[in-house]
Amino acid sequence: MTQSGIDKKSERTMEAGNLVSSLSSVAKSHVGNKSPGSRAQGIGLEARGIHAWFGDRMVIEDMSLDFWSGTVTALIGPSGCGKSTFIRTLNRMHEFIPGAAMAGQVLLNGQDVYAPGTDVTKIRLKIGMVFQKPNPFPSMTISENVLAGLKLAQIKVDNKDDLLEECLERAGLWTEVKDRLGAYGGSLSGGQQQRLCIARSLAVRPEVLLMDEPCSSLDPGSTLKIEETISHLSATMTIIIVTHNMQQAARVSDYTAFFLSEGGPGRMIEVGPTGEIFSRPKDKRTENYVTGRFG
Amino acid sequence: MTTTSEIRPQKPWQASLSQRSISALVLVGAVALSYLIVAVTPMKGKLAYVALFFVIFTLFDFLFHFATRGLSAAKDAVARAIVVLGISAAVLPIISILGTVFVRGYKGLHIGLFTHDMKLNSVSDPISQGGLLHALIGTAILVLVALIISVPLGILTAVYMTEVRGRFMKPIKFLVQAMSGVPSIVAGLFILSAIVYPITKSYSGFVGSLALSILMIPTIARTSEEVLLLIPNDLREAGTALGGTQWRTVAMVVVPAARSGLVTAMILGVARIAGETAPIVLLTGGGDSVNGNPFKGPMGSLPFYIWKSYSVGTPESITRAWAGIMVLLGIILVLFISARFLSDRRSGQ
Amino acid sequence: MSQSVITPLGTVPAKREITTQPRLSDRVFRGIVTSGALSSLVILGLIFFFLTYQGFSVLRSQGIHFITSSNWQVVQDSAGNVDPKATHFGIAAMLIGTMLCALIAVIVAVPISVLAALFLNFYAPAFLKKIMVAVVDLMAAFPSILFGLWGFFILMPSAEYWAKLLHKYFGFIPFFKMEVPVFTRSPFVAGLVLAIMVIPIVTSVSREIFSQTPLDRIQAAYALGATRWSMIRAVVLPYGRSGIVGGAMLGLGRAMGETVAVYTVLNIVYQVNWHVLLGAGGNVASMILLKFGEAGPQEIKALMAAGLVLFLLTLVVNSIADFIVIRSGGKGR
Repeated sequence: MTQSGIDKKSERTMEAGNLVSSLSSVAKSHVGNKSPGSRAQGIGLEARGIHAWFGDRMVIEDMSLDFWSGTVTALIGPSGCGKSTFIRTLNRMHEFIPGAAMAGQVLLNGQDVYAPGTDVTKIRLKIGMVFQKPNPFPSMTISENVLAGLKLAQIKVDNKDDLLEECLERAGLWTEVKDRLGAYGGSLSGGQQQRLCIARSLAVRPEVLLMDEPCSSLDPGSTLKIEETISHLSATMTIIIVTHNMQQAARVSDYTAFFLSEGGPGRMIEVGPTGEIFSRPKDKRTENYVTGRFG
Repeated sequence: MTTTSEIRPQKPWQASLSQRSISALVLVGAVALSYLIVAVTPMKGKLAYVALFFVIFTLFDFLFHFATRGLSAAKDAVARAIVVLGISAAVLPIISILGTVFVRGYKGLHIGLFTHDMKLNSVSDPISQGGLLHALIGTAILVLVALIISVPLGILTAVYMTEVRGRFMKPIKFLVQAMSGVPSIVAGLFILSAIVYPITKSYSGFVGSLALSILMIPTIARTSEEVLLLIPNDLREAGTALGGTQWRTVAMVVVPAARSGLVTAMILGVARIAGETAPIVLLTGGGDSVNGNPFKGPMGSLPFYIWKSYSVGTPESITRAWAGIMVLLGIILVLFISARFLSDRRSGQ
Repeated sequence: MSQSVITPLGTVPAKREITTQPRLSDRVFRGIVTSGALSSLVILGLIFFFLTYQGFSVLRSQGIHFITSSNWQVVQDSAGNVDPKATHFGIAAMLIGTMLCALIAVIVAVPISVLAALFLNFYAPAFLKKIMVAVVDLMAAFPSILFGLWGFFILMPSAEYWAKLLHKYFGFIPFFKMEVPVFTRSPFVAGLVLAIMVIPIVTSVSREIFSQTPLDRIQAAYALGATRWSMIRAVVLPYGRSGIVGGAMLGLGRAMGETVAVYTVLNIVYQVNWHVLLGAGGNVASMILLKFGEAGPQEIKALMAAGLVLFLLTLVVNSIADFIVIRSGGKGR
């Protein structure tokens, strides 16, 4: 981890012209650390032939992806390629949009989350989500925010204080807020708020954490902190992160999937270990995108 | 890999057939049980049915969800039942009102209603005699005069709030809001004290229209303000950039662009006052014959006609009152639907 | 321009004042619009002035008794002149009755309206929402005489039955006690009619506030495994709380000023009556309408004074409502 931390710092100072080569070197070292083959936990979440519609317009066509436990998968691609829609189908947030429809299966530990009779709230407890903009509940204090999920889903916990500390610790926020747990969530900075939201997602002990461009509204310093948090978390859970920032994808992820919409619905063009996607992509379109020729 | 032609959009989150049939079963069960309880216990009446049904249905729903999905889902089910009870309580009166007006008013309707006045008849006469022509004409005149007074004032207020944006904006917003809360009887008393007693010393349609204007101005001002706020600022800037003065920009660009919205504001204002009764009773004198002159003589109107017929209290007169209400409600419905239509068309553009 | 920025000692040129001298036509335009907009101030001022002017003599002779006593008596001597010594005007019973009816209305209407608004925003399918919103808005445009007649002929028989049940099972509560079993035309019935009249107002205010609940907070709650109801409790209700209070105050103001609908369903009695089920109540607006027909000049002045009190009362309630609604509009907590 320290190795990649140094890489991150050096890499941020690089000239734009060297971007591609630096990306591939970072990614290589990353994958060298934790090669996909060494994963023993197995597949945590599987997407099988996911299609999604808004009204009559198909926005995602036939996406199949496996997400391994203990790995970080980054979804990259230009705007409008269906990345966000895709991860929202995974924890059934897609259905809140009027006119939304889908086809295909999402298997969590082999069980289809869309199967009839499935309790959707239980699915969302197992598949947590962090949004683009930090959205702590303004009427709640920091500690109430972290424990909000328990209250919302009516889960009883014996020792709330321990859970509170553990979640804030894992989200990398404990040392900053431990003296003002009674302050309102809105009093934190943007980056702290986002880590508070991560802590809030962790409190219900999800197996999978979806992150929809979690750093897009944050400054570089806060982004770095969130990325460190992601690295720590990835040891124990499946993380899927949507990002516009290819450097971020290269820094934090083990696998990368490239999505693209060529006028029609978004499709998955290529998926593979992050190092390969950035250094020797198989598809010409992927190469064009990661080298910055478009998008 | 399946081909795309086989894949259809699905909505797996919608209730499946088996879930629906379970819900229907719960519903039927609750109906049956409440019927049974009403039958065997001394409780009786519609209220008992409804209350029992609600309690039993909620209980069944709670238990079912508790058994299948746990406590939080069960609480959610109870909350849903209560929310549905709330909307039913809000909407049931309106259904009852519309139904009552139709059933009771229908008996009093006949074509002569629109061709006769009550000059030669009293409200207790058989329904086939006399009519409400004078009331229709009176209401039309009252509304027209009130429109002539309140449209300029209401729209000027709205233009001030959206175009001039001077330093009185906040107080005027507050005052318009305060004015919309003035009780109609107070508006009537005010016109009595300020116009009728010191100046005209007699009842007429005009003073009634003055009181109605007080109630109408805030409605028109607020709706117009909302409409003018929807006009994009680019239009104003484009007008000014072309060298137009503010006056010309407002008169030739902003107001024409908001035309249909301003008409909606007027219609809503008319709907607000067409049935206003209290000031009409105080001020217009309520004649029984057609009077086309708002400045002279008592003037009949629909609300007064209904009021008078109701107050007399014979079966014939009460049927008259319901028929009058049906006509009044018909007018308000037409106004309301046309306002909806206009604003829908506007937002659709 | 650029050299003045570079100077180290700060010889920044003085700011130029940008002045726009509006053209004559624009000044005239602004003058007309401003004076038109001030019409609301003028009208409200005139209402206050004329009602005070007409009611002043009564207010002066009655003093504080005008609002603290319930004695309304016009005594004439043998020549038909009003005897100022024996004549009393007091509207305490009417004022208390007004508040009582309006309070009943709000207590009944607010829960129903909030639930209805929740249904429209979070439960109703799109097509149902569109229809229901139109129906509720239409109800707000119904004339009050319609509510009055419907209340008298349709609601009152049922309401009397409900009142009897309340009396039977909750008679131990002081408000529901009654010595004489007269259930007709009680403040309870009037309150129910008023409740039905203010439901559309409170519903549309609550709906407006609820629909402004930030979507990201709603989604955050759902993503944490919230059910619809726990989401509403954690996110929507805290956000809309003060808006609901404002809407309730708005409804209260409306209910206090209502005339005709109350007149048809309330038995007006000049006695303070706290027993809401008993058929004896008061209402300032209805009293004015009731007394107006047969009032002599002196009594008319007293009615003007009563109108002034009603005007000020609704003004205060509406101002508080307005203040709360504006303050809560688009605010986070």
